[in-house]
Amino acid sequence: MSKKPTVELKLPILKNMELVATQTAEVVSKHMDLSEDKAGEISMALIEACINAFEHSESKSEIYIHFLIDDDNLTIKVIDKGKGFDSTNVKIPNIETKLTTSEKKRGWGIMLIKELMDSVDFESDHTGTTLTMTKKKNTK
Amino acid sequence: MNSVTNVELKNNVVVITTEGYLNKDLGEEIQKAAQEHMVNGSNKILINLERSNIVNSIGASILIELIEELQETDGVLAFCNLATIIEKTFKIMGLTKYCESYSTQEEALKSMS
Repeated sequence: MSKKPTVELKLPILKNMELVATQTAEVVSKHMDLSEDKAGEISMALIEACINAFEHSESKSEIYIHFLIDDDNLTIKVIDKGKGFDSTNVKIPNIETKLTTSEKKRGWGIMLIKELMDSVDFESDHTGTTLTMTKKKNTK
Repeated sequence: MNSVTNVELKNNVVVITTEGYLNKDLGEEIQKAAQEHMVNGSNKILINLERSNIVNSIGASILIELIEELQETDGVLAFCNLATIIEKTFKIMGLTKYCESYSTQEEALKSMS
């Protein structure tokens, strides 16, 4: 059985570096012949995953992104070596609440990732977090 | 390059045109451009995102702040020429409940004026 192709990126924690990841995602999406809509959703989810890793992990080192290409789906892993977090404790944002209270307007990243991808999973402990998200090729 | 490329008053609507990645910096630039007109009484803001085809949630969150500021004067915020993924992102976040989205600037101005 042949090994599935994989693309790996190592990104320094620098401003707007998430755009490097989206450029790679665009190339991978084209290679897989994904629709433009799916490619846009993957890029958007990846931006949010990178920003979370950059801003919330408090990692001092790089983040790693692995694109695992399969016939039927694309799996992306975003890995940081930060402090970890409990994904079950993340509050679901609501615009009505944000507009009627003094609540901060930010905090949409995980919700967007879950809405834009077909499956999302977090593995996290005090040594870091791995976000695994998948986009199926042939579903709506 | 991410920036506000033009701000003009058309038919009583402040039209803010952008270019590039709608991130925190561009979100703040849009907010500042809008606020400069809001202090003079303008409360209809149209953001033309034809040349911005990528966004992040931080940039979009700043637009929620702008909606909140406009609500104080019964103002409106609207968008035109949204890329499909930006429209979808705004819909998921709920911005489209509070802001109209138009296909073109002309259509927006016709409706908002």
